[in-house]
Amino acid sequence: MAKQFIKGNEAVVKGAILAGCQAYYGYPITPASEIAEAAAYYLPLLGRTFLQAESEIGAINMVYGAASAGIRVMTASSSPGISLKQEGISYAAGAELSCVVVDITRGGPGLGNIAPEQSDYNQMVKGGGHGNYKLIVLAPNCAQEMCDLTMHAFDLADRYRTPVVVMADGFVGQMMEPVEFPAPVVDLPPKPWATAGTPETYKNLITSIDLEPDDLERHINHLYAKYAEIEANEVRYEEYMVDDADLVCIGFGVVSRILQSGIERVRAEGKKVGLLRPITLWPFPEKRLARLADEGKKLLVMEMNKGMMVDDVRLAVQHRVPVGFYGRVGGNVPSGREVYDQIMLHLEAV
Amino acid sequence: MAETIFRKAKSFYDVYERKAGANKDVTHYCPGCGHGILHKLIAEAMDDFDLKEHTVLISPVGCSVFAYYYFDCGNIQAAHGRAPAVATGVKRTNPDSVVISYQGDGDLAGIGGNEILQAANRGERISVFFVNNAIYGMTGGQMAPTTLLGMRTTTSPHGRSIGNEGYPLHMCELISTLEAPVYVERVSLTDAKHIMQARRAVRKALKAQMEGKGFTFVEALSACPTNWKVPTREANRWIVEMMEPVFPIKVFKDEIETREVVPREKKTYTPHEIVETLDLPTGDETVSFVRPPNALKDPEIKVAGFGGQGVLLLGLALAQAGMRAGYHVTWLPSYGPEMRGGTANCHVRIAEGRIGSPLVHESDVLIAFNGPSLDKFASLVKPGGLILYDSSLIDRTIERTDVKALGLPFTELADKELGNGRASNFVAMGAFIVASRGVFDEHVVKSILPLVIKRKNLIELNERAVAAGMRIAREALGS
Repeated sequence: MAKQFIKGNEAVVKGAILAGCQAYYGYPITPASEIAEAAAYYLPLLGRTFLQAESEIGAINMVYGAASAGIRVMTASSSPGISLKQEGISYAAGAELSCVVVDITRGGPGLGNIAPEQSDYNQMVKGGGHGNYKLIVLAPNCAQEMCDLTMHAFDLADRYRTPVVVMADGFVGQMMEPVEFPAPVVDLPPKPWATAGTPETYKNLITSIDLEPDDLERHINHLYAKYAEIEANEVRYEEYMVDDADLVCIGFGVVSRILQSGIERVRAEGKKVGLLRPITLWPFPEKRLARLADEGKKLLVMEMNKGMMVDDVRLAVQHRVPVGFYGRVGGNVPSGREVYDQIMLHLEAV
Repeated sequence: MAETIFRKAKSFYDVYERKAGANKDVTHYCPGCGHGILHKLIAEAMDDFDLKEHTVLISPVGCSVFAYYYFDCGNIQAAHGRAPAVATGVKRTNPDSVVISYQGDGDLAGIGGNEILQAANRGERISVFFVNNAIYGMTGGQMAPTTLLGMRTTTSPHGRSIGNEGYPLHMCELISTLEAPVYVERVSLTDAKHIMQARRAVRKALKAQMEGKGFTFVEALSACPTNWKVPTREANRWIVEMMEPVFPIKVFKDEIETREVVPREKKTYTPHEIVETLDLPTGDETVSFVRPPNALKDPEIKVAGFGGQGVLLLGLALAQAGMRAGYHVTWLPSYGPEMRGGTANCHVRIAEGRIGSPLVHESDVLIAFNGPSLDKFASLVKPGGLILYDSSLIDRTIERTDVKALGLPFTELADKELGNGRASNFVAMGAFIVASRGVFDEHVVKSILPLVIKRKNLIELNERAVAAGMRIAREALGS
């Protein structure tokens, strides 16, 4: 199929519809509003549901209801809106509901600003809601992946009965690039566990409550067995010139793109530098990082936050190799020059 | 003489297996509590209307959090106050199911105040059963939004006061002011007569939902002897004497008979229809183009000017043309308040290989449509780079000698020669084609005009603008 030049945020919606998403419940917020707007335009044309909820809280709970009823459903927001959704996300994780939450991240804390930051890493990857749970977090870095990973998110959500997050910074959401859209998914997995208001499903119960400590412990252990399976099967990352590298840069989202440009520049000067881009922020490519540490490669983590993913990198390599960090915040994006300087600085520190 | 058999409704489980502990044949409710009565009225209605296999009941947080222990139907347990939002998601997914949001006063009128009002206002075709006992039960007797003035609770130990906690909230009164709800009634679960009245209300609400009429709301005044600290046998009198004067029992709204049912259409769409509806391209749309060897290589472009000058559109057109010509491309706009504040800029990259950063800090090409943009970005053009600017709006010379600067009257030309100053951006496009030594050509641009120019009658104008821009750029460059 030919490529379409399209905004990342809009690619999310087209991908979702192709993946069989039947409903979107959301609340407007910059820089994620194009998702709601595209959903509002396209979904009703296909007899599907778009509803602008009264609040982020309302939206995530409508998602909770629709997911309980057994359809593919999504919501999207940006950082402060996601903070509000965390209650519902925790409930959905506890009740094992399949749904997709897209987060187009912006600056914080508080109202912050609408420029791109990656400071939602902790609230998404570490679980911003209460309780023992994890979310699969996918981090696209281009418009094509905004489509592809949104579609993948629906598959993962169904396969593991869990909320899946697609987290992209404002630039990846706002950027336009050519995207090749796949054919619509026709066969969706059945959900015999849903409460669909039918004779086949009326015995079902969707809940996150287990009054007895032993029951709740059993349930949480069940969740964590599922998470172990996800960790074993679903790690995704991309590498660029890592094999002979003395220094491996690590970044996700738009930062990985800037790092790629920086690496091309220092490679041209004969320096051996590579890039590892986690695509799944959880499950995290910790085994791959441990192997890089085994090989004695130095690591440089770059993020648009004050250092969040870098904690996971340090845990993965157990301080066996130096892990440098460079972060910009407030909506500032590292320039090519900054990236170049940081790479040179950390190379020289060998 | 007919024999009357008293038995549990079939829409209740025989044994409450989901209930923890040993006593699986009795409910967890306290003696004298109204929940059991309302549960029974709902379950009997579900029996009589043959609903249980089609019903999804949403349990709230509060004493009725465990309603799913008892009701033999689809059950969902929701977060505190959110049941109407959850019910919205369920009902909209399966409009043929019967969806019940069962809520207490803290859940519905306190933490979930917005969810209930908005669901009511949207006219969600659900039934809400609201148990008002003027107190928080599950958490042990704290003040509720419906707690009476002067009433002592564990969090209003000196009595609810107007000055501190304000007046009790009247939910039926509030909801019945909205246009969408079809049926709003307050009942009281006290004596047989009132319970029969409540029974009729429950059945009416469910029936209306089955008929697709709209949002139905039944509030039931209900006893909580445990937390009121009133003997069970006096609790009903307490409802009558204390609650009913504040919360009058009556039908607040009933438009069931007159409300029209909006018919629903259920249609499935083929993959082909989905692709078509999503406006996805179906054929290969690249045009044949061979890049001249000396054309600008992998240009990083910044386009800047006032909002309304077509700055973002020119950027889009540059990227789309690049894509059609077979390059990798990215386009990144400035967004947000900056956009609303009147200035606009965008970053465009056109490259033969995969593009790393979509950001253009230092550009190879700057196309500037106003003075402030030129001032802001001219210093960020790489040495040897190109600056194209609108000399009809920018009255200055470029100080830098290490870049090629070309001031051309984009706006003036568009205005005078083409009769539409707004085509200045495509005049600049023409100038770019020439000055970049043919990163792509006018045929490529022509092929993408229908994609970027929404109004068909302007396509031809912009084609002429491109040609005019090429002409003046050639004249200026002497090529």
